[in-house]
Amino acid sequence: MPSDLIPRDGAVERSPAVRTLLRLWPYLRPVRARWFAAAVVAIVASLTSLVIPVVLKWMVDGPIADGDTAGVWLGALWVLLLGLAEAVLFGLRRWLVARPLSGVEARMREALYQRLQRLPIAFHDRWASGQLLSRATTDLMTVRMFLAFPLTFLLVNGVTILAGVVVMLAMDLTLGLLVLIPVVPVILVCTVFEKRFSEASRAAQDQVGDVTTLVEESVLGIRVIKGFGRHRSQARAFRELTHRLRGTELRKARLLGAIMTVIVTLPELAIGACLVLGSVRVADGTLSAGTLVAFLSTALALHWPIVSIGFLLAMSQEAATATARYFEVMDTEPESGPPAAPAPAAGRPGAGAAVKEGGLRLEGVRFRYPDAPADAPPVLDGVDLHVRPGESLALVGVTGSGKTTLTALVPRLHEITEGRITLDGVDITAMPREELRSRVAVAFEDPILFSATVGENVLMGAAGRDGAEDAGALERALGVAQAGFVHALPQGVDTQVGEQGLSLSGGQRQRLALARAVVGRPDFLVLDDPLSALDVHTEAAVEAALREVLADTTALIVAHRPSTVLLADRVALLSGGRIAAVGSHHELLRTNAEYAWLMSGAALEPEEARR
Amino acid sequence: MTAPAAQTRKRRQHDGTRDAHAPVEAGDARDAFDRDVLPTPPGATAALLRSLLSPLRGRVVLAAVLLLLQQAATQAGPLLVAYAIDGAVPALRADDHGPLLLVAGAYLLAAASGGVLEYAFITCSARVNQDALLDLRGRIFRHAQALSVDFHERYTSGRLISRATTDVESLRELLSEGLQELISVVVSFAYISALLLWLDLGLGAVAVASFLPLALLVRGYQDRAGRVYRERSTAIAAVIVKFTETMNGIRPVRAFRREAANDAGFAPLNGRHERANGDALLEMARYVVGSRLVANVTVAGIVLWGAYRVADSSLALGVLAASVLYLRRLYDPIDRLGMFLNSYQSAAASLEKIAGLLAQVPAVPEPVAPRELPATRDGRPGREVVFDSVRFAYRTGGEVLPRFDLTIPAGQTVAVVGSTGAGKSTLAKLLARFYDPSDGRVLLDGVDLRDLANADLRRGVVMVTQEAFLFSGTVAENIAVGRPEATREEVEEAARAIGAHDFIAALPDGYDTDVRKRGGRISAGQRQLVAFARALLADPAVLILDEATSSLDVPGEQAVQRAMSTVLRGRTAVVVAHRLSTVEIADRVLVMEKGRIVEDGAPAELIGDGGRFADLHRAWRDSLA
Repeated sequence: MPSDLIPRDGAVERSPAVRTLLRLWPYLRPVRARWFAAAVVAIVASLTSLVIPVVLKWMVDGPIADGDTAGVWLGALWVLLLGLAEAVLFGLRRWLVARPLSGVEARMREALYQRLQRLPIAFHDRWASGQLLSRATTDLMTVRMFLAFPLTFLLVNGVTILAGVVVMLAMDLTLGLLVLIPVVPVILVCTVFEKRFSEASRAAQDQVGDVTTLVEESVLGIRVIKGFGRHRSQARAFRELTHRLRGTELRKARLLGAIMTVIVTLPELAIGACLVLGSVRVADGTLSAGTLVAFLSTALALHWPIVSIGFLLAMSQEAATATARYFEVMDTEPESGPPAAPAPAAGRPGAGAAVKEGGLRLEGVRFRYPDAPADAPPVLDGVDLHVRPGESLALVGVTGSGKTTLTALVPRLHEITEGRITLDGVDITAMPREELRSRVAVAFEDPILFSATVGENVLMGAAGRDGAEDAGALERALGVAQAGFVHALPQGVDTQVGEQGLSLSGGQRQRLALARAVVGRPDFLVLDDPLSALDVHTEAAVEAALREVLADTTALIVAHRPSTVLLADRVALLSGGRIAAVGSHHELLRTNAEYAWLMSGAALEPEEARR
Repeated sequence: MTAPAAQTRKRRQHDGTRDAHAPVEAGDARDAFDRDVLPTPPGATAALLRSLLSPLRGRVVLAAVLLLLQQAATQAGPLLVAYAIDGAVPALRADDHGPLLLVAGAYLLAAASGGVLEYAFITCSARVNQDALLDLRGRIFRHAQALSVDFHERYTSGRLISRATTDVESLRELLSEGLQELISVVVSFAYISALLLWLDLGLGAVAVASFLPLALLVRGYQDRAGRVYRERSTAIAAVIVKFTETMNGIRPVRAFRREAANDAGFAPLNGRHERANGDALLEMARYVVGSRLVANVTVAGIVLWGAYRVADSSLALGVLAASVLYLRRLYDPIDRLGMFLNSYQSAAASLEKIAGLLAQVPAVPEPVAPRELPATRDGRPGREVVFDSVRFAYRTGGEVLPRFDLTIPAGQTVAVVGSTGAGKSTLAKLLARFYDPSDGRVLLDGVDLRDLANADLRRGVVMVTQEAFLFSGTVAENIAVGRPEATREEVEEAARAIGAHDFIAALPDGYDTDVRKRGGRISAGQRQLVAFARALLADPAVLILDEATSSLDVPGEQAVQRAMSTVLRGRTAVVVAHRLSTVEIADRVLVMEKGRIVEDGAPAELIGDGGRFADLHRAWRDSLA
């Protein structure tokens, strides 16, 4: 994540790795039986391998010393059986968790996807999609790996080391205590390491995010970069970022190297001391050769469990970071659910009330973006507007005056800060979002098509509206939007478009988005500059067809040009966060200087118009 | 992303040049690009890996040596145990402390040097990995920047991003974890086998014989895991595509209540990945059982045989102890070998994709021996543009612009009009050298664009397009893209000239407002103004506007026109627009239809002639009402 894109203000508190990882429990819970079974199996398997040296000791001190052939066979048989058991148990452990843990990963991904689809648009405005994607892919894979390996093996290795220590203490108290000495310094070093490695690891992940952002922008902005010949400065910025990342990675390696040195050297020194002391005692006859062999076998069998703790801790640390990144998203509140009491009776008021209260009404609407600085003026500051039933109203204002923002408030893509919006007299916050959005159809300024057929893309607008999802409706909508070109596509309305299909021009996409908005014959229509990418002839044809649709639809149309304004019955001028004037196009041209300036550019300079 | 349905289609060669805005024919929709399988020359993957590592040869050798020494130090333990039991203990009984002191000293040395060597190896190999990755990232980035706009339009941003991120990441995993595992596995195998053979030829031979079934196991695993692995990467790719598309289109998703439908669409993709993932893990489980079985049976056999021989005194006890200790160590890293194979499979697939990208030849290369632009005539800022028998067609056929000649005198403003798909944008892109013509030449003051160094080309020609992209950073930095060395005064002057100063000054931090941060929301029209300010700052001899005013309102458009008649006065300008307001300032109008220039003349002249332009103009006048 470009580190600065993450809303970090208090929202993301750095909590200890263990507490973060504990949050995975609800996802692990459904498969807990299998997971614990697997952990137990792993512990048993590990202990099995610890028993082998004990058998060896018995063989060395007993049958081998006595030349007892049957005893030798018996011992070897035990070693074989223990070995077979160990192999089968290791396999069993993996078999037990293979499907459940893939399932955990899939459930977490699904939960993330579902949550993301329901988070406020303001959240998506702040987060780059690449950031969200990395949480859904690499981060979740890290978590799955953690549940499969480090978590199990930290437990298994812990138990193994503990059991090994007990076995060694039982074999010989002095040697056992001697081999334990390094435990304290190793734990101390690990604790210090955990903190520093976690910092370095987060820094590295953030820097990877920065590199990703730069790559993304230099690809998306390739026309600008080529158009101005700016590859060199881009390459310079990239070199800087990747060098910084390399520096962090090398710091991580040095930290890992240091911890590995401690983890490898100290226990090894202790074992060396045991070997020397043990040899002296064997020579004195106070210790049997078999015990020394078994003791050292056990100590060396603990070599890998101890050494691997460094890696396991590092992996756990990365998993904790990944988990924290995952929950950064999951902890964000989704759009509030449907209202507690949906008041179904109020959904459709009686005919009498509808005349007076009907249509789309905004009353004292104030809006500021939830992430805007506290001292910034609100985008909308007391908007009062009434679009009568069946009427179409054009919304006009200088660029950046908040027209697009206003249109996003009607289907509740953003929540108003103050005031209220009603549809046919019903407050939009009182109806379920589902119902609200099925009654209000929108065509966005930036027409986005999904990877689906042309027909599916258009009919999306009719989903859930009875009798609208048929070929007749599709043809009608395509006709309104003058999108006859689709019939010339390779498979007509069944042609795949979107990221994985045919790429269409801006004008073509805009026409399909318009068809999508009108296909469901919605009660309310919100169009954001719907004709900007069309050429003059097409624009005229769309306008003619759209006029018929608008005749009986309540519509709000953001307009930049007179031609679009003329689609509407009346015009509202948005200025300084309020509706400054409402009236017919010609009226406003005569009476409102700012409007005249916006529509014809004539007469007034911007400075004068604003006074 | 490999769409399964697309795999059945015929593999097609990259045709190099295609206008993404023009509808393409049926069969072409699913070519190598859509399937994300760019042709990779044979051996390119291996060559890429070699070329990444060969400059680091010294360090690679150093890392290998460090690892050899480190392994020697760690593997000394059991040998010292054997010597202590068989040599030092009897010597002690004979009151000879020498051998024991030797063991103590050797153990101390081995432990200490093992630790130090481990540190040295980890840091040294990290340096190799990071340098290789740095090199690879840089190569991908520079190459992507060098490739033509046309390539980018076809390859899609998502793929390029995943090349530079997830694919590099899988190589990082291979280099930082996998390769180290492999080397240490190989080294310890070699060491331990040698030690076992040296300790006792018979026992050693048994251990070495167990390598054969192990090798067979590895081979079988590799085949099966490879299949499962490919399935898994295809499955995750499908998940990623669906995910990205949903997040990028979140507004229509919400407005058209697609959430439930999307959940339903996502579930099978996610489920397919879950199954493939589970299959991969089970394959690994099978491998682990097999390899452990071989290992443990061998250990039991050696114990039996060794014990027999110790019992009849043909083998020393210490040797048996050491052999068994070594054997356990020998088989410890077998699991890790499986993991290495995993990361190798995934890295190989990624490297192949990267190699395919790097093998793309930039269609619009910089000249080897660039020519200088002559000084502008009479000190005027504009330059003359000549299309000299230019023809443009896709490499697969499909002519977009039939052969034509066109001369635009220095300082002239030309409006290009016509319906969608008439070739207006292609003409503009040829002039900006986003494409090169199939035949003929585009000349700037008599110099072929192909002979101009990049810097000269961009001082000569600048193009502003419809999608006004803003980079992360402040508004001022975004304007300064036009001329990075410009001062703040110059940046503000450019913004003022285009009428963007007022809204910029009203942003929370004015010119220093970060466009991606809180309060930095900038509307489509404002973005286009910022893009214009860039162009003003760049102050080119030739300015191309490709539908660059579509989101502007009337005052915004007028500000642009004002700027063109004042600040940019005397520059040559080519304006592609579907709105005719620009025509008011044009000296000349070209009407294009189906790739041909069908009308050419002064606006008033064309209106008088009553041709296509007169029609368009009337329609436009009416639309102004």
